[in-house]
Amino acid sequence: MSTDPRADGVPLAAGYQRDHEVHPPLDYPGYRSTALRHPKRPLQLLPHMLTEVTGPVLGEGRIGETDNDLTRQHEDEPQGQRIIVHGQVRDSDGRPVPNTLIEIWQANAGGRYRHAVDNWPSPLDPNFSGVGRTLTDAQGRYRFVTIRPGAYPWGNHDNAWRPAHIHFSLFGQAFTQRLVTQMYFPGDPLFFQDPMWNSIPDEKARQRLVARFDYANTAPEWALAFEWDIVLRGRESTVFESEVDDG
Amino acid sequence: MSKGETTPSQTVGPYLHIGLPWPDGPYALAEEAEGGFWIRGTLYDGAGAPIPDGLIETWQADPEGRFDHPDDPRGAQAWPGFRGFGRCETDAEGRFGIRTLKPGPVPGLGGAMQAPHIDVSVFARGMLNRTVTRIYFPEEAEANAADPVLAAVPEPERATLIARPAEDGYVFDIRVQGKDETVFFDI
Ligand SMILES: [Fe+2]
Repeated sequence: MSTDPRADGVPLAAGYQRDHEVHPPLDYPGYRSTALRHPKRPLQLLPHMLTEVTGPVLGEGRIGETDNDLTRQHEDEPQGQRIIVHGQVRDSDGRPVPNTLIEIWQANAGGRYRHAVDNWPSPLDPNFSGVGRTLTDAQGRYRFVTIRPGAYPWGNHDNAWRPAHIHFSLFGQAFTQRLVTQMYFPGDPLFFQDPMWNSIPDEKARQRLVARFDYANTAPEWALAFEWDIVLRGRESTVFESEVDDG
Repeated sequence: MSKGETTPSQTVGPYLHIGLPWPDGPYALAEEAEGGFWIRGTLYDGAGAPIPDGLIETWQADPEGRFDHPDDPRGAQAWPGFRGFGRCETDAEGRFGIRTLKPGPVPGLGGAMQAPHIDVSVFARGMLNRTVTRIYFPEEAEANAADPVLAAVPEPERATLIARPAEDGYVFDIRVQGKDETVFFDI
């Protein structure tokens, strides 16, 4: 075990594990918009110091009463299949990530976003905004109620369709743990032609973006359930002596 | 769960504006608080065109170089009215702005102090993962010269990490690619 001395002799907290091999490359020709939006020079290694191992702690004040139930944000209920999406946020050492903000956004049941530049011919739903947020509990668990989003077409390649997905944004507990990603549904027939999906180099890593159909947590006569766990980067093994588990 | 089994990143896509912006997002320092300034900039792509579907997030120390976070070994400490975190979507012209305070110097590795700096995440349609850069301050020439992160960046590119003075604060443009490409970090 080693510690990093800082200016006045107090050790810095351990950094976070680097996990590049898991993520898509920034330059991925299959997703055409990456062409002008990836750095061409190699990235400079940034050691994890105080600014990187800390991060915003965004609390309760930011969450409204219906923010985790996207079916109750309007006068009437939205069209579509009601679903429960729940799971646990933990780090790659298996530790739960408690009290961390999760933000989601998604298309409606017909695959249309409530967004000014989404104008493909599928109707908006007056009872669906498609935006949610929640905090994980003490065990890192989260739960949303929403409707199952539809697939939607886009212009990347001939007859391009995005598999149904929900966008997720997570803060974790440190700047290094910040993650924005997408959750997919099991058995989607559109994966094969989707560059977002295919940009992830490892097939096993792709599968980690697919929720599991969760019959046990389905609410009878109410909603289907899907379980999706999210794994953020864990700490490096360099730790404070006092944190070493001697048990 | 072993190392490497993390959840992969995906792009924010073209519709990030419905999910991510907050009305108070640009205010790392409360609107009414004293001593704040703006850091404004434009996000450009490799053709020099502004990126209208991007989002900038900033994270920084308070003016004493401390963080309101349990992993600051000096103890979490809140600075009144200061969140340390800013978030701003780019507008149709690729512009963003964050209202904040100047961070103090922050302890680094091996006894070195880091010059005042702000960590920045850039998200956009067309980015499969965020990119990360840092903002340094032009009036900190001496501290910048001693900063271990800046020192590791080759001289001609180093200038892309230093904000320019402006009437109401600073300007920090971000060029994702091409001539004067901003230095980005492997985080
Ligand atoms: Fe989407």
